[in-house]
Amino acid sequence: MNTVNLKINNIPVVAPEGATILEAAHLAGSCIPTLCYLKEINAIGACRICVCEVKGARGLAAACVMPVSEGMEVYTNTPTLQRYRRTTLELILSTHRTDCLSCSRSTDCELQQLCREYGVDMNRFSKRDQGFHTDASMPHLVRDNSKCILCRRCVAVCRKNQYAGVIETCERGFDTHIACAFDMPLSKTACVACGQCTAVCPTAALTERDDTPKVWAALNDPTKTVVVGPAPSVRAQLGECFGMPIGTNVEGKLVAALRRLGFDKIFDVDTAADVTIMEEGTELLHRLKEGGPLPLITSCSPGWIKFCEHYYPEFVENLSSCKSPQQMFGALVKTYYAQKAGLDPKDIVVVSVMPCTAKKFEIGREGQKAVGLPDVDISITTRELADMIRRAGIMFPELPDEEFDPVFGIASGAGHIFGVTGGVMEAALRTVAETVTGKSLENPEFHEVRGIEGIKEAEYDLNGTKVKVAVTSGLSNAARLLDRIKAGEADYQFVEVMACPGGCVNGGGQPHQSGDVRNFTDLRGLRAAALYREDEAMTLRKSHENPVVKELYESYLGEPGSHLAHHILHTTYVKRGLYGKGK
Amino acid sequence: MDGYEALGRVLTRMTPDEVIQVVKDSGLRGRGGGGFPTGQKWLFARQSPGDVKYVCCNADEGDPGAFMDRSVLEGDPHVVLEAMTIAGYAIGAHQGYIYVRAEYPIAIHRLQVAIKQAREYGFLGEDIFGTGFAFDIELRLGSGAFVCGEETALMTSIEGHRGEPRPRPPFPAVKGLFGVPTILNNVETWANIPRIILNGADWFAGMGTERSKGTKVFCLVGKINNTGLVEIPMGTTLREIVEDIGGGIPNGKKFKAAQTGGPSGGCIPASLIDTPIDYDNLIAIGSMMGSGGLIVMDEDTCMVDIAKFFLEFTVDESCGKCTPCREELCYYIKANSLCALGQSAPNPVLSTLHYFRDEYEAHCIEKRCPAGVCKRLVHYVIEEDKCKGCTACARACPVNAISGEVRKPHQIDTRKCIKCGACMETCRFNAIVKR
Repeated sequence: MNTVNLKINNIPVVAPEGATILEAAHLAGSCIPTLCYLKEINAIGACRICVCEVKGARGLAAACVMPVSEGMEVYTNTPTLQRYRRTTLELILSTHRTDCLSCSRSTDCELQQLCREYGVDMNRFSKRDQGFHTDASMPHLVRDNSKCILCRRCVAVCRKNQYAGVIETCERGFDTHIACAFDMPLSKTACVACGQCTAVCPTAALTERDDTPKVWAALNDPTKTVVVGPAPSVRAQLGECFGMPIGTNVEGKLVAALRRLGFDKIFDVDTAADVTIMEEGTELLHRLKEGGPLPLITSCSPGWIKFCEHYYPEFVENLSSCKSPQQMFGALVKTYYAQKAGLDPKDIVVVSVMPCTAKKFEIGREGQKAVGLPDVDISITTRELADMIRRAGIMFPELPDEEFDPVFGIASGAGHIFGVTGGVMEAALRTVAETVTGKSLENPEFHEVRGIEGIKEAEYDLNGTKVKVAVTSGLSNAARLLDRIKAGEADYQFVEVMACPGGCVNGGGQPHQSGDVRNFTDLRGLRAAALYREDEAMTLRKSHENPVVKELYESYLGEPGSHLAHHILHTTYVKRGLYGKGK
Repeated sequence: MDGYEALGRVLTRMTPDEVIQVVKDSGLRGRGGGGFPTGQKWLFARQSPGDVKYVCCNADEGDPGAFMDRSVLEGDPHVVLEAMTIAGYAIGAHQGYIYVRAEYPIAIHRLQVAIKQAREYGFLGEDIFGTGFAFDIELRLGSGAFVCGEETALMTSIEGHRGEPRPRPPFPAVKGLFGVPTILNNVETWANIPRIILNGADWFAGMGTERSKGTKVFCLVGKINNTGLVEIPMGTTLREIVEDIGGGIPNGKKFKAAQTGGPSGGCIPASLIDTPIDYDNLIAIGSMMGSGGLIVMDEDTCMVDIAKFFLEFTVDESCGKCTPCREELCYYIKANSLCALGQSAPNPVLSTLHYFRDEYEAHCIEKRCPAGVCKRLVHYVIEEDKCKGCTACARACPVNAISGEVRKPHQIDTRKCIKCGACMETCRFNAIVKR
């Protein structure tokens, strides 16, 4: 690798050729503030917070996009720069609705953080109200342009990473704002509800819909049995909201916190993930035997499902008919568990805690009512749960480790790794391989399908049958993969798709990490490692060996793919197409 | 005249390096505003590795009241096609794009006809002049965004995206249209190329000043007797343009200032009227060459009003991408913005503030407009000694702001007055004045 020598604040530094000033400064131990820049997502040099002085250059250079060159002398924090950055922030505030005291992003807002660091005068420029109204047309998020600073991270992540591109910059100058085509509400677009925009937004312009009031109301209703289940990846991230290092597994404290919040039963959605493997594995073997439709494509990710329905409706037949683990969980609580506990399903409120905003959309879908009631009543994100824990005054880091409640309290390692790209594939392979060969796997790890690359491929020999598999995450990668399948350039039998790049660990409902962290940390890798570590430490690593799952099938469902299993655990999809067709 | 003769000579008798050397030696600088040496730009693009390269023409003339490029496009579209083909040969490109604003329908039509003719005569297409060199040109229509005259925004627009500037580096000569090496010159720059090839670099370099060669077309408008397009050798003074070519100011009024460089330029005061006009002198006095707009102002012009007009223009036309430009503030935005539109947007304010500070002070501190232009600061007053009490003004006033008895001096109620000026026009005794 070629390198260049330069000086950052008079400190010599050797940086790789093509590195930006921002990256070189990091090597020299200088943090340059950023606002619009987000690694691998948005590099447009627009906000002008990261401007630096380069000796001999005309004007200031945006550190996020300016490549370093030999002999360059850069200053990142002169009094002039401090003044300019402060003015930039003050100008942003002149059109920003500053209800910071009660804003959902207060203390977690990148704009607020910078304003504090630079000591801005909130009232230097007179406020200009642009008369924006909020768009709350979708069940999963709220768009509030009065908090928007036009950094365009959302536009970039939606178009570049997620292929959808349903929001764009509209109009010019002072009237510039982010909007859907023809200023339509989001619900009329082909938004896939993945929520990546809410995860990258530095302010509260894009937030998940706050469903915590519904949860509080259920918890305070004495006639209801409130059952909660967190998704696999939530335990690998919730700690971040309470200052714990990225990649800390907090499963025990998570259970303890849910108990202290007053939930009647704390179950593990990972158990339902194991059930998903039983159903989906059976479906795969069935389709392999019957000859199609192949490839079978996983259906755990509701953002992916909605994407497929909008953008690739020709692949809807390929989708597994299995409900997602969240929906299987809710359906089993309102059938199997209700029967066991002698409860009327009408008196049960099922709450899921998810890394995902699309789950809020999924609970309202057609075909997700095993007993005529919604399988899941309320779906909240990791971030919303953290808010509830804070409001309840629970000292999260000090909590003891506690155990999930029976009956859905035990999950296999296979269920845990559902939260990371390749995890569903690996979990399925563990079970399918043993089902087909009848022999126990020596090593249950399938490293070919791990890692954060956009598209991964592998081929396995299942007792004489060759099975080609592919794993993809991030919807732009998914689109590339589907295009290859469509063009006949690739031939797979089994494909795993997760909507968010890296899988649920990088889901749209996961804790915010500021640009300063995201730009220099392998967020997805660290979070994924927590789940793989948990799996590795377990002796129960295969879904079909889970005693809870065995008992479920023996005493209630019969066998995987049975008539009853189909009624409770499977669903159907619609071909939506793009604009103006169906919601 | 001599149509495509320069192209013929280039293709049959010159190497690409020789073509670039001639352009470099001529000293031609970009006529679109920035004044970057044209030959240097071509050389960068030639040296950039890549099989596919593009040649673009910036015909998105957007300065208010400027129509230099339009006159070329409507009068001699072939000269642009010829020059672009020459450049294609010089840098190794086979495709050109002309980005022309949709508000120029005649220019567009004539370009379309010219392209068709050039293809028929074999000046465009495969095997031009039987040399095996292939080059073709397509039109792209702009939709009225001023910022699309900025080179990176123009290319983003050609690519089919929202026309917005992007960071440089990488420069277009390295990574331009569709991510490949691209040169972009404006219409007037292109129009110089065939002449330079035919008459030689020395002929062109023989005109102008040390660092600004050749001639420049200006669009002379405003408070001037002879308005229209003028082509002058670089180094001509502003006085020569205003007094000799322009025929002076109408009604014997005094010259107050000239605005050059369009919305991004600045105002040159009367004290600097003898400045020889070239790229570097104009920048030194706080304005810029721009594409060649030249607006003359007389003593009745309010400089604060002018600055406000241009600032409102750039505020409207800012693409809204970067923070400083969305929210204007002079010195700060100049250093801090992403593109040239933002970086130069404060020029009208900075230059007028510099040369006409007294007018700003009158506006801000005394709340008074010395030229009587700014409505909000103007008051209409009836001078008692001149008023005959004829009541004409009171009857003309649309808001009944004037009162008074017949044959006695009238008064204007400034709280009601909407400053429409109807009273002043009506008065036959010059008794109503603006203050």
